[in-house]
Amino acid sequence: MNAHDEDRVKQLLRATLPPVDENAEPARDLWPAVLKRMDAKAATPPWFDWALLGGLLGLAAFFPSAIPVLLYYL
Amino acid sequence: MALKAETGGAVEEGEGQAHLRAFRHGDVDAFEALFRLHQRAVYGWILRMVRNPAAAEELTAETFWRIYRAHARFDPSRGFLGWARRIATRAALDWMRSTRTELARTETLLTEPPAPARGDPAISAEIRARTEAAFARLPPRLRIAAVLAVVEQQPQKEVAEALGISVAAVKLRVFRALRLLRKDLERQGIRP
Repeated sequence: MNAHDEDRVKQLLRATLPPVDENAEPARDLWPAVLKRMDAKAATPPWFDWALLGGLLGLAAFFPSAIPVLLYYL
Repeated sequence: MALKAETGGAVEEGEGQAHLRAFRHGDVDAFEALFRLHQRAVYGWILRMVRNPAAAEELTAETFWRIYRAHARFDPSRGFLGWARRIATRAALDWMRSTRTELARTETLLTEPPAPARGDPAISAEIRARTEAAFARLPPRLRIAAVLAVVEQQPQKEVAEALGISVAAVKLRVFRALRLLRKDLERQGIRP
């Protein structure tokens, strides 16, 4: 594709897709949507919390004598 | 510094720097101040890429959530807006990759006719529709580079920073996008 062809495709593309208005604004306040995401993600415990809980339960199941030690450190 | 450029004045710059430093430590009030200052610019940047106002709003909220999640990695000396654009570009790319139903996307593309000064009356509605559909079939990473650099005529340096690639790589992506678009159109009997 030579420079002339490239320019013609560019012109066609510009004529087809109008540029977005430079002053475009969201139709609503998006801050509540951001807060909602922050709250939702904060309420979900991360995967390593579940892994730690599973490990402790496994330890307690296989080594019941470790339970008093675990309780001591809680 | 983006904050200085957008608000102007030494007092605002000082307040902006304080917000940036507080944000880096996870301060939600500082984050909201930065959100209020930059949400329009981030929304406009995303809208340029996805060309769908409803999706752009959702992606703006998603972008600012990702920004907050990454607050500890923010470097105040490098400015907020460039960093935000980069995260916004990744969010837009994720969205474009996840919505691969091309028909659905072409229906939601902005379809208003271009402004008279920029439009070409010699191009028929059918050719425009086919060009739009062919453009929507391009790989998202090529489409984003082409729409930002060619349609929106954003500085290539800004496009490169937002995509996390070099200016030369932007030029290459634009060239590949235009070549693929031309081939697609030629297969449909349209010679640009």
